[in-house]
Amino acid sequence: MSGAVHNAASPPSAAPPRTARADDARAAGRDLRPLLVLPGLAVVVALFLYPFLYGLFLSFEPLEGGALANYIRFFSENRLYGTIGTTLWLSLPITVLNVGLALPVAYALRVPSTSQRIITTILVVPITLGTVLAAQGLLSYLSPQGWMNRALLDLGLIVEPIRLLHKPAAVVISLVITGFPFAFLMMLSYVTGIDPTLARAAATLGAPAHRQFFRIYLPLLAPGIAITFALCFVQAFAVFPSAVMLGAPAGPTRVISIAAYEAAFEDYDYSMASAIALIMGAVQLGVVAFVLGLRNLAYRGPVASGKG
Amino acid sequence: MTASPIAQRAWNLALGTMMVFFLLNILAVIAVVAINSLGRRWFGGWLPDGFTLGWYAAAWGEFQLSSVLMVTAQVAGAVVVLSLLVGVPAAYAMARLRFPGKRLALLAFLLPLLVPPITYGIPLATVLYQLGLGGTIWGVILANLVPAAPFVVLVMTPFVEQIDVKLEDAARVFGAGTMTIFRRILVPLLLPGMLSAGLLVLMRTLSMFELTFLTAGADSQTLVVALYYAVFAAGVRAPQSIDAMAVIYMATTLIWLLLALRFVDPTQMVGRVKAQRA
Repeated sequence: MSGAVHNAASPPSAAPPRTARADDARAAGRDLRPLLVLPGLAVVVALFLYPFLYGLFLSFEPLEGGALANYIRFFSENRLYGTIGTTLWLSLPITVLNVGLALPVAYALRVPSTSQRIITTILVVPITLGTVLAAQGLLSYLSPQGWMNRALLDLGLIVEPIRLLHKPAAVVISLVITGFPFAFLMMLSYVTGIDPTLARAAATLGAPAHRQFFRIYLPLLAPGIAITFALCFVQAFAVFPSAVMLGAPAGPTRVISIAAYEAAFEDYDYSMASAIALIMGAVQLGVVAFVLGLRNLAYRGPVASGKG
Repeated sequence: MTASPIAQRAWNLALGTMMVFFLLNILAVIAVVAINSLGRRWFGGWLPDGFTLGWYAAAWGEFQLSSVLMVTAQVAGAVVVLSLLVGVPAAYAMARLRFPGKRLALLAFLLPLLVPPITYGIPLATVLYQLGLGGTIWGVILANLVPAAPFVVLVMTPFVEQIDVKLEDAARVFGAGTMTIFRRILVPLLLPGMLSAGLLVLMRTLSMFELTFLTAGADSQTLVVALYYAVFAAGVRAPQSIDAMAVIYMATTLIWLLLALRFVDPTQMVGRVKAQRA
């Protein structure tokens, strides 16, 4: 493209002086501008890809035993392999709940309005504040003397305070408080990206509201739902601060990130820690691949069957 | 059209009630922290017995907040500047140019945003400690660049795309080199985009717990990590002074949010990049 500009330019004698290197590169027909991507790429390669590979190799060099000793140990000790189940059991239902609630609410708010503006503004606050602050707030809010128990007592719904702290329930609540806004804002950006004239056309042809949703919006939203689900799941699966602060990190909410953290910073066994981090990544990848695979199935169905 | 409007209305009412309930709970969780930080004593009851600002003075001294805030400002400032420096040129290349390996480059920029920080943070912290950067402020800055730089690339790409190529071509016709075009044409036109990308990176860095937690030493903690340690070691300190620190953290984060909301749509904060067309 620069070549075309060059040809269209005024005669060479009128051109102002250029640096010799730029002229050489141009004469050789090379455009050096793609090199601009290199500094950014270098950050990712040096600080993301290299540590991953380093961790991969490190995980096969355990402190003692053969190359696979870390993995064998992980899958033979209940307090290690059990964390996969614990984490999945916390994160999968929560993700289904968050995405399942976000979809209808985002759909109901698809037209720009004051309430859409207010709700998105309030929901962006917990995302901005992050999990540590949400956990700190919930520690007071859910405590036996906290506002939640007080409200339930005053309303006569309970006779004595419910104890939620340092149990999985508190972690679940914190995952909803930070996860639902994330799912909602993602779903909202997908829903508002769909041309509303499609639904209007369906309405003109007599489709009632629920059919407009199921026949127009839902198929178009399928990729967005799959990606939102995958991202929400990956975040919930990596839950760390709230599982420590609100849950029972030694027992029912000993999630896999706690096991990895303990291996690295309490046992100083970086080899084992890398192995656990890679297993964590592999489980995340597995679930994400499964979800995206489902979305492909759902997408191909209606297109392939040309009979309907 | 014919399906019962009553069912439709009941459904909307249910959704609305649920949302109001959810929003009230979020506001209450935040309000509890703020009220407790101002309360003299709070045993039961809806509100504390009296109000005081004393916990802020206590927290300021107990948690060495002046040095923590200094570290936080240095980390956030360095991450914003460095991520813009490497991210904007990369965004230009991704938006405008075709080059071999572009799809791989896009994948490389997407991965750090899709993999959760705690997953890659542990191998990253291991490498940084091997290099002697673990526990230092430079280690914290480098770790925070991993999600920040790709984030800038993805946020800036549509901003570059919406600048008319003819402007660059015209400048080139008049003899401007790539550097001059960058300085005189692209940077001024990209300023709004750089402002929103910078603000978003700033907020993400302030609230980035996992990476900072894994790489920070005692004197390179940012505010959110210091808050975590304060809660973790609770019982030693008065809960009110921990809440005072939490309010200071909220203030530092929400000021930027208020500013950011003037430039960006809330849906952009979750990282999905909307293609903006002029």
